[in-house]
Amino acid sequence: MKFEKKEEGLYRLDVTGYVCPHPQLYTKKALEKMKPGELLELVFDNPSSGESIAAMCDTTGNEVLAKDAQSGKYTWKIRKAAG
Amino acid sequence: MQNVERRNHIWAFAIVGFLSLLTIVSYSLSEYYIYLAAYLWFGFVYGMCLQYGRFCFSSAFRDLFAVGVPRMAVGIMIAMVLFGTVSALVTATGNSTFHPAPYGWHAVIAGVIFGVGMVLTGGCASGSLYKSGEGNVTAMLVILSISVSQAVFVDIGGWANSLVPYSWHQSAVAKGLPAQINAGDGWVDQYLAGHVWNQPVATYGELLGLQSPFLAAYVGNVLVGIVLPAALALAAVYAIWYRKGYVRKHRQEGKALGGTATELAGFWSMIAASKRTAIAGLVLGIAAGLHMYVMKGLQIKFGVHNFGTLMKELGFTFGISYKGTVFDPGYWYVTTQEAQWVGWVFNKLGWNNMDNIYFGLENGIPNPLINPADWMSLALIGGAAVMALLSNEFKWKNTTPELAMWAIIGGTLMGIGSRLGLGCNIGAFFVRVSQGDVSGWLFGVGMVIGAYGGVKFFNWWTERRLRKQIAAFEM
Repeated sequence: MKFEKKEEGLYRLDVTGYVCPHPQLYTKKALEKMKPGELLELVFDNPSSGESIAAMCDTTGNEVLAKDAQSGKYTWKIRKAAG
Repeated sequence: MQNVERRNHIWAFAIVGFLSLLTIVSYSLSEYYIYLAAYLWFGFVYGMCLQYGRFCFSSAFRDLFAVGVPRMAVGIMIAMVLFGTVSALVTATGNSTFHPAPYGWHAVIAGVIFGVGMVLTGGCASGSLYKSGEGNVTAMLVILSISVSQAVFVDIGGWANSLVPYSWHQSAVAKGLPAQINAGDGWVDQYLAGHVWNQPVATYGELLGLQSPFLAAYVGNVLVGIVLPAALALAAVYAIWYRKGYVRKHRQEGKALGGTATELAGFWSMIAASKRTAIAGLVLGIAAGLHMYVMKGLQIKFGVHNFGTLMKELGFTFGISYKGTVFDPGYWYVTTQEAQWVGWVFNKLGWNNMDNIYFGLENGIPNPLINPADWMSLALIGGAAVMALLSNEFKWKNTTPELAMWAIIGGTLMGIGSRLGLGCNIGAFFVRVSQGDVSGWLFGVGMVIGAYGGVKFFNWWTERRLRKQIAAFEM
């Protein structure tokens, strides 16, 4: 698991290799620690975690701006909801 | 990219081709192999559905507590209602292969242990099978762990006997089981024969005293046993986890909040939120019901009650139980066949593990290649692999030391929990609830409690690790 700050307002969370529930737990916690409006680049490769993360974002109002899938590896861009 | 997709599709067709060839060739050797083929193709359908719907019982409880997502809780309830409705017809016409299990506190405790385990491993028993089909090596390790822990647990005696209450020992010995089973030795033997078998057995139809088989099946088992508790559970899930987000979105879209209408719309929104999961639940439920009907039909066709008889006809006698039976549930099941293949390996390596109830008296340890339930599980993995390959989601994912640790610990707990509960999330919960067995929801309640504990632990664990990473920069 790697969580890093790429630049001001943009973070990257790499949870490739992890199975449930780690990707969704780390995503939830990372988003909770970010400020409203900040962006999270999320990289994971566990398909079922994607379902949970998408549903979680829908419930909390965090917006999934982009979804990219390449050979089982998913890269999503999520914006933390404004307040 | 296109090359990868083409390769994936070739592999998918290769798997289907292999399973088809196996079916045809085995049938050409003897029509009895159609019994195995039936298990195989239903297992294949289960695997495809599980992978397509990301259908995981661990997720049902875990993701509710961890990230407030009710997707799987909804999917399971849909599947159980459908399974129950289809198989109620099978039951009402006297064609069911199902027998309810004893119910009591043991079911709840077993569920708790299993629930903790399945959160640690990241998947339930069926979930680990389908995720193996996705190329997930950690999931394969979970299956190995569940298999080994069960095979050891069901035969463990010696020092473990000192942990058995004397009343259990007395009761087990008094059952008069065959001498070679030696029911007074072995923790699980004495647990089963000295405690579990003394507990009551009932379906909701029987508890309500409904005499007509149709009323017992549909009103008792389906309505009272599944629909009402499921509706209550989903209402609670909506109120606690989904409603807030729905109301917020409703407001943001400028829609007026209108009392009951809004709540009903919100509830429906929760039910329909994951189309994939709902479709998977639908197909799983119907397939699981049909599976019972088909297996009963084949038993009637061949004039048998258990595959053990057909095995002998086919010339395979190794590993058949004292009763002349092998594990042949007639419906979807996961854990016993996992224990059996390891039990078979252990036996071949010199371990005498046919002197216990689980292998020796009831289920046997046939060669996995002739074990109907193992055909079902292997085909389940195959079905999941095909679905993953067709959608380019198949990816070999190696395990890590951390994940391997959780797989082994969690898998061991799942193995122990499944033997204590006489089944896993499928055998002890999904199937039993769907058949109106009182013990089903008890195991389910245990799983919820266990999952809650598991999530609490992982919350702490992931928080710790994330904070260490954040310490390297300013947030």
